[in-house]
Amino acid sequence: MPITYTSREQIEVYRFRAPVAILVPLLALFLQAFIPLRVSFFSIFDLPLLIVIFFALARRSQLSGLLTGAVIGILQDALTGKPIGVYGISKTVVGYGASSLGVKLDVENAGSRFLVTLGFYIVHEIVYFAVARGLVGQTLKWSWSHEFGAAFANAVFAVVLFAFLDRFKQRT
Amino acid sequence: MDNLIGRYRNVTLLVAILFAQVLGLAVQVKRNNENESSRLIRIWTVGAITPLEKGIVHLQAGTNGLWRNYLFLRGVRQENRELKAQIEQLRLEQVRLKEDAEQARRLQLLLGFKEQFISKTMPAQVIGSSGSEQSRSVYIDKGSRDALEKDMPVISADGVVGKILRVFGSTSQVLLINDQSSGVGTILEQSRLQGVLRGSPTGEVMLEKIMNDEQVQLGERVLTSGGDQIFPKGLLVGTVSKSGRGKESFLDIHVKPSANLSRLEEVLVITRREEKSPNTAVVPLRALDILTQRLPSVPDKPAVAPGKSQPGAGSLATAATPNASAPAVVKTPVPAGGEIKPASSPAQAAKPSIVQTSTSGQVGKTAPAVQKTEPAAKKKSSSETPAKPQQVEADPEPSPSTEKPQ
Repeated sequence: MPITYTSREQIEVYRFRAPVAILVPLLALFLQAFIPLRVSFFSIFDLPLLIVIFFALARRSQLSGLLTGAVIGILQDALTGKPIGVYGISKTVVGYGASSLGVKLDVENAGSRFLVTLGFYIVHEIVYFAVARGLVGQTLKWSWSHEFGAAFANAVFAVVLFAFLDRFKQRT
Repeated sequence: MDNLIGRYRNVTLLVAILFAQVLGLAVQVKRNNENESSRLIRIWTVGAITPLEKGIVHLQAGTNGLWRNYLFLRGVRQENRELKAQIEQLRLEQVRLKEDAEQARRLQLLLGFKEQFISKTMPAQVIGSSGSEQSRSVYIDKGSRDALEKDMPVISADGVVGKILRVFGSTSQVLLINDQSSGVGTILEQSRLQGVLRGSPTGEVMLEKIMNDEQVQLGERVLTSGGDQIFPKGLLVGTVSKSGRGKESFLDIHVKPSANLSRLEEVLVITRREEKSPNTAVVPLRALDILTQRLPSVPDKPAVAPGKSQPGAGSLATAATPNASAPAVVKTPVPAGGEIKPASSPAQAAKPSIVQTSTSGQVGKTAPAVQKTEPAAKKKSSSETPAKPQQVEADPEPSPSTEKPQ
């Protein structure tokens, strides 16, 4: 598989312009809220999660990753009817994890991106369900087949999306 | 210590941020009303996202309107002809329904029912969703500036959609009936079984709290019962799509919502309801109509000489019991606190009548205090054999104290 260990000297750290860093997450939230009304199956995708993973992998900074995850997650929570913090916690964990992984692995190619997104989607769902059930007391139904299907769909979509978002990267 | 924190700075920060969020969650869950503690975040987020949604939806609606109303008019003539034919059919049906409605109103009046009328609605456009599979809610383009309030029911042309969960300035969040946290008081149309409609984790709609020993037919319509004090009674919610024995002692009933909750576009928010008795101004006349219909042999009301009118002369009792050979048992409404006195004149004494009165002024609502005009009846019974008394019940529920017709 194309995941390779990379020395710190080989790692490229990217940054993004402020408008991109602000507007892309907002656009992802907007599309996540808007498209499922027209295309109902689109709700299987979690665009904000993919944006968190992308920024965390590109910046390769744990601090930046967890803050990006926390902010995007809380904003996503604000759009739902549920208490704020459930998505916040799960995306914080994913942001931290993805940035930590980005430091150690080469995640610039499609294969590694696919696998990383697949794995972090499952992690995100596990954390989400744990928090929603344990802390909020929601009754959620866990289905491995559904979660793996959604993870696969998100991973495929992530490959395309990340390739598009690569255009906004700037080398430090 | 500083060295340690500096060394594990990122992990410390991660733990701190997670802890803060867990704390925030705990506060929201404990208060069970996150409106106050997290309202600002919601307002900011909704304020940032919904204007764009609103703009796109309105642009789309405008474009569609332009296309449909001015450009794409193919088949309009044919459609017009079909609609005219449909109008004719509907007119015929309307006549029948009007009769039924009048009858229903009369019966409701007699039973003392109060109807709930949807007196005002506000159309709204659905502009966005929550974007989460775990939260089934949508945003509409009307908010507190349009006088919307929390818990107002939201319906569509097809059926019940949900209720308003949160109200913002120019938008509102609507909790759909297939969300786990929603609950609608419902009744099955045919079997009249009442239950609670809830969403399941998978987004299905379930009817709960109906006992295992009840029979529920597939395809039976589910209506709102009005018991939740949010939705008016009688709105269509959906149809039973699956029914089987569930856990514990309740049936596992799946309901297919009549409104397409995944593709909502326009909805109606019920902003005002009124509760009133149907046409209370014509109470005596309507009751009289019914009595007249049910007593075809009763002749017209005899003219009463001025000054000889008895208490309750305008009531149904005197109007319906002029014939000595056919004394009638009549339930009659009298004003609250009023009473019907025994007949005092010889003419009335010769006309035995058994009168049931209701002090509530609404027949049948309260247990009527039966007053039989015994003095008159006793006087007459010694000299005449009274004919079989006819009973006219305005109350469809027979009271134990009511004499049955023979």
